[in-house]
Amino acid sequence: MVEPVNPRLRFRQRSVIPGFGLTLGYTLTCLGLVVLLPLATLVVKASGLGFSGIWDVATDPRVASALRVSFGVSLLAALTASVFGGIVAWVLTRYDFPGRKLADAVVDLPFALPTAVAGIALASLYAPNGLVGAQLAKIGIEAAYTPAGIFIAMVFIGLPFAVRTVQPLIAEIDKEVEEASAILGASRITTLLRVVLPPLIPAVLTGFALAFARGVGEYGSIIFIAGNLPYVSEIAPLLIVIKLSEFDYAGASAIAVIMLGISFVTLLAINLIQAWSRRRFGYV
Amino acid sequence: MATCLASTGGAHAQTEILNVSYDPTRELYREINAAFAEEWKAKTGETVTVRAAHGGSGAQARTVIDGIPADVVTLGIPSDIDAIAKLSKKIPGDWRTKLPNEGLPYTSTVVFLVRKGNPKAVKDWDDLAKPDVKVITPNPKTSAGGRWNFLAAWGYAYERDGKDKEKANAFVGQLYKNVPVLDTGARGSTVTFAQRGLGDVLPTWENEAFLVLEEFGKDKFDIVVPPTSIYAEPPVALVDANVDKKGTRKQAEAYLQFLYSDRAQAIFAKHHYRPIKREAAKPEDLAQLPEIKLFKIEDLQGSWDDIQKANFDNGGLFDQLSRAGR
Repeated sequence: MVEPVNPRLRFRQRSVIPGFGLTLGYTLTCLGLVVLLPLATLVVKASGLGFSGIWDVATDPRVASALRVSFGVSLLAALTASVFGGIVAWVLTRYDFPGRKLADAVVDLPFALPTAVAGIALASLYAPNGLVGAQLAKIGIEAAYTPAGIFIAMVFIGLPFAVRTVQPLIAEIDKEVEEASAILGASRITTLLRVVLPPLIPAVLTGFALAFARGVGEYGSIIFIAGNLPYVSEIAPLLIVIKLSEFDYAGASAIAVIMLGISFVTLLAINLIQAWSRRRFGYV
Repeated sequence: MATCLASTGGAHAQTEILNVSYDPTRELYREINAAFAEEWKAKTGETVTVRAAHGGSGAQARTVIDGIPADVVTLGIPSDIDAIAKLSKKIPGDWRTKLPNEGLPYTSTVVFLVRKGNPKAVKDWDDLAKPDVKVITPNPKTSAGGRWNFLAAWGYAYERDGKDKEKANAFVGQLYKNVPVLDTGARGSTVTFAQRGLGDVLPTWENEAFLVLEEFGKDKFDIVVPPTSIYAEPPVALVDANVDKKGTRKQAEAYLQFLYSDRAQAIFAKHHYRPIKREAAKPEDLAQLPEIKLFKIEDLQGSWDDIQKANFDNGGLFDQLSRAGR
């Protein structure tokens, strides 16, 4: 005979939709094989150095400078992508103009383009003999082969994330809310700042986090436009590749683990801000 | 890329051998491989296909260590084959004694590519360290060509300044201050110099310099041959562990021997590599390879183990110079 189980002791709530056990098992297996196992291998490889060894790698001036470049520039690039991505998303959803559908499709191109192709295209555009680079050179700005080049590449690959995360929310905003705000006497700026923008903040943060993560991990497009000079325009992923060509697997894994750690902390912080903003502003 | 090439084979009844090579040899081995297949067919009746995988020399060595079933390796610098021998034991440590001429069926050197008319009047290695000259060269950590350029500049200064190591180190440091972009491979540097228009001089493999003239037009660039340069050694070796596992030892050994045949030697010269049997090459091809005083870096710095360690390993001369130069 089956005893009725005390609902308080049950591990989970019974759901109306069947198949929880199966899908959870599937999810954990996939997550384990595809994400956790490779990351664990990485940590094991790096642990050959021990904690002090990893610390030595992290504080090596060249590694430290590459990490600064990677994280600093991605932060700036993600900020830029978020601001301009937000504007692009706003224009694409709120206004109707000829070619809107086309412009909307173009936003996704950086997703689909092989990163090396993007890098080559950007480098030829921003090189001193390129279309844009030549103009910039006239006013004394060097874009390609400097950290500015890294920034350009990261904005390019991060932009679609910023646009695509904000777009559905902008589409959902009720026009009536804005009208009510106007009727109640708020100026257009106040309406924008206090009524329209706050509910978008969580989505903007998600877009920012994705663009940032993408920028930190980007290799293919950046090496074509960065210049790759040690201490100046060398990104951490390139240093990993350099370590590998020295057959220094442990050193390469150590840099990877450090990057993983910093990324994890950053993304955690962004998630916390996001959770806070959701409580603060409601929505989504 | 190499993985895909390797995994497509195997299921066929015919024999297939894989040559893991470095970057600029694509055009060369396409011709060599076809010639070998033809000779082998005529001699034994067996159809053999030689596949070639190309990439940066160091990265290619790593794919072999990590398990690409390469039958032979033809890389850009001896230390990369040493690394395979040391880290994977798939190649015996004394591999340089197994084939004629220390495993070198051909040699090469480093020459300069400059813009048409040579506006900065670059004639010798000295000119590369002048303050108003921009030099494009790949990162010696990731590129074999980059390492030859580095060693060539060092060797030049060492000979010039009465074999003074400190002065040679300082000269190389001065030269690398003139480098605005460090690409990861020789081809990357070629593109930066030829297509992006960056820099005044590209020290590069002799064969790569000729390739640029052929690809981009003789009206855009000139080759400048310095009075002295390095004796560059891109060696070949059999990957013993792999050929025994695959049962391809006979074909792979014959392939390496073929590289020393008159026919292959003529092909090397045609592609602007320096054949070791000059008499086998066509005179017009040889005429393109000028007489330069070549020095051997082992004579100046000792064994390849020492050369690699002192210059390119973590904390080596290149690292010291880039730290000092920042």
